[in-house]
Amino acid sequence: MNTVTPASAATAPAAAPGAAAAPSAVSISPGRRVWLRFKQDRRGYWSLIIFSVLFAISLVAEIVSNDKPLAVGYNGKILFPIVQTYSEKVFGGDFDSPADYLDPFIQEQFARDGNWAIYPLNRYRYDTLNYFAKSPNPAPPSADNWLGTDDRGRDVFARLLYGFRVSVLFGLALTITGVILGLITGAIQGYFAGRVDLFFQRFMEIWGSMPELYLLIIFASIFEPGIGLLLILLSLFGWMGLSDYVRADFLRNRNLEYVQAARALGLSNGQIIWRHVLPNSMTPVVTFLPFRMSAAILALTSLDFLGLGVPPSTPSLGELLAQGKNNLDAWWIATSTFVVLTMMLLLLTNIGDALRNALDVRRQA
Amino acid sequence: MSLLEVQNLRVDFGQSTVVDDVSFSIAPGEKFALVGESGSGKTVTALSVLRLNQYARYGGRILFEGSDLLQKPEPAMRSVRGKDVAMIFQEPMTALNPLFTIGNQIAEVLMLHEGVSAKEAAQRAVALLDKTGIPEPARRALAFPHQLSGGQRQRAMIAMALACRPKLLIADEPTTALDVTIQVQILELLNQLQREENMAVLMITHDLNLVRHFADRVGVMEKGKLIETASTRDLFAQPREPYTRKLLGSRPQRVVDTVDQGAPALLTAERVRCTFSIPRGWFKKTEFVAVDAVDVQLKAHETLGIVGESGSGKSTLGMALLRLSAAQVQGKIAFLGKPISEMSSTALRPMRARMQVVFQDPFASLSPRRTIEQIVGEGLALHQPQLGREKIREAVANALAEVGLVPQMMSRYPHEFSGGQRQRIAIARTLVLKPELILLDEPTSALDVSVQQQVLLLLAELQRKYGMAYLFISHDLAVIRAMAHRVMVMKDGKVVESGTTEEVLSRPKQPYTQRLLAAATYSTLSSAVPESEKVGLT
Repeated sequence: MNTVTPASAATAPAAAPGAAAAPSAVSISPGRRVWLRFKQDRRGYWSLIIFSVLFAISLVAEIVSNDKPLAVGYNGKILFPIVQTYSEKVFGGDFDSPADYLDPFIQEQFARDGNWAIYPLNRYRYDTLNYFAKSPNPAPPSADNWLGTDDRGRDVFARLLYGFRVSVLFGLALTITGVILGLITGAIQGYFAGRVDLFFQRFMEIWGSMPELYLLIIFASIFEPGIGLLLILLSLFGWMGLSDYVRADFLRNRNLEYVQAARALGLSNGQIIWRHVLPNSMTPVVTFLPFRMSAAILALTSLDFLGLGVPPSTPSLGELLAQGKNNLDAWWIATSTFVVLTMMLLLLTNIGDALRNALDVRRQA
Repeated sequence: MSLLEVQNLRVDFGQSTVVDDVSFSIAPGEKFALVGESGSGKTVTALSVLRLNQYARYGGRILFEGSDLLQKPEPAMRSVRGKDVAMIFQEPMTALNPLFTIGNQIAEVLMLHEGVSAKEAAQRAVALLDKTGIPEPARRALAFPHQLSGGQRQRAMIAMALACRPKLLIADEPTTALDVTIQVQILELLNQLQREENMAVLMITHDLNLVRHFADRVGVMEKGKLIETASTRDLFAQPREPYTRKLLGSRPQRVVDTVDQGAPALLTAERVRCTFSIPRGWFKKTEFVAVDAVDVQLKAHETLGIVGESGSGKSTLGMALLRLSAAQVQGKIAFLGKPISEMSSTALRPMRARMQVVFQDPFASLSPRRTIEQIVGEGLALHQPQLGREKIREAVANALAEVGLVPQMMSRYPHEFSGGQRQRIAIARTLVLKPELILLDEPTSALDVSVQQQVLLLLAELQRKYGMAYLFISHDLAVIRAMAHRVMVMKDGKVVESGTTEEVLSRPKQPYTQRLLAAATYSTLSSAVPESEKVGLT
């Protein structure tokens, strides 16, 4: 601020947080200022980093946790089982079926002179059934299965990893569709107000009074349950909470003088909404983002827990919780799922808290 | 002995020192005024007396009748507030609790501090309201704040403050939110009550004219420091400090050229009528007439001043003339010979470049998330897209230079500018389109006096240079006198009087205009005013 011009330095407003730190004439945009304030909140900042790392790892879950070796050197040839399916015959077996790399016979082949195999960190996929397991299912944690197995003999760690990915991706998708729908409907109601607002509000009251859970149960019995169907059904109802906030912000902002000024310049309604009102009405959207996401994840988890969610083949945290409930003596299932869920929701809440503080313009950056 | 003695007061909020080494004293029954521009720390100083600043750290001493208020424990402080020292605020609407009747709120103070019964308190509340000159006090005591007018609300606030016969009344800009004629009434009331009760008044204000007619002694504050204290007469006669001289000298002075009588008409409007429909219940609607049968004629290069109190319809009229009003508008409006009242809003869009608006509040009129370049260049990008980015950038730089800003500021955001600078940016935004007409809707009323004069000078200079016409809306007669060639006085949606500035403001024919003029100079405040005229005011 002090290096810019004498005119501006003399009358620089006292209430320009962060501006004083700017060394050059190019000033910090409000968006960047928010990021600087966000970084100041150590808890939220580290939560974001940890969450991003975990999410990145889960995105490449196929490499981290899989029942196929990443690469194999067999009789002088280099094979990549992870991308290509090889028959058992390739490795000297008897049948023309896909090789089971947990089979002691095949492992023996790789152990011979000149042959080698690079395995993923965890040797199971979310749906791998180990037919050669040493202990009955559900098996407690061991060197083979770090977090034990569930009652069908599937590795809990693998299921948690894949389940985390499904949950976060589902949460993201539901949040994004909810935000887009909420923004559009809120913007229309708030900007045009009057009769449009009146009728849309009544529509929302009717729409919002539909019993969501029963609809889900009914649809789950009509259609084949799946992630896509859940996403559509939850999106149909999820936008309303946000829509109200956006509407309120639009109602306030449309009367501000800069909107009048834009109108006086001759801008069309679309341009005014897009350039002037929308950027200034984003606060509730951004603030609620992490909270909406954890709500979406919780919704998926609880539906899965009740058996109304994704089909049994999909790895899911809710399904694991249900297994934990059914096998109370297998403490490792419920405990590890509980820890993952709690950690994920805690991280998201921390991020949300920091974001809300960062968007509070009265705080100094 | 003085009633209040502030010694070396220092107030810190976090890292910043807002009040620094301020010392003054107020004698019993004295009227002391603290003047200064916004941000000078005058309100914080006043709130310190009651220790009402949040998150503040205090230094120095505030002696009230010999005991230090800054050392008192909080419970003892509570018995000082409202009893010995009372306060009235700028905006009575927000200072009164909307969920209680005003009689209730006044009675609460009495019950709290004097422990009287609810019945007696209610009776005394009515008596207090009567004393502040509210008509039908018994009925008004049962009214909620929103049912009263602005002036009545301020009277109720005063009644509340006076409930326990305080020795010191702190008035923080008590008239700023009110219309001029109401302002005078409230000041008169304060004057009269002050004499009757012999209480001291600490008046916080930015209005020097008011100080001159109200206060016994004045303190001038600048950037947290009290730079000059003197009796009102001495201060106005021979100000010591340069800053005080600057403040005194920054009353608007006439700066416009005469206009060519034969200039062509730019904007003509006949019998403009603006109505708002107010829904009553489910199906009924009533019509509120905001502007009624107003004719307007504006020549090129001319400034037409529109004066009136709030609710007179002046802003509605201005917006209606530019087809920006939300009201239903009837009547014929022609701009540059084209009947814009008949055109569709799409057909009107290209014309928008030639008629522009500058709004009152520079903090609300610039979108906070866009850079100055985007804000100023937006109109050009819309109306002359063929220019291309470089040319637009150049035009924006020129416009900024024109209004006295540096083009290097282009990449900054509005929050980094002061009120005056923001208003310059808003002017640059209109200027870049080279319009023929600019509607100035109270362009200086949100600005400090010294900045106000600068902006007025800029506007006058730009008019001389580019010859655009101004529709100048203001409630401030001094500003209108400085800027306008012709004046229209509005009241309740109708034009009361119009003519050249000289005619209307120097020899007003209508009683309403005369009253406005008298109120604007506070000339009725001095005790020499005959009783008959005072009645006319209230």
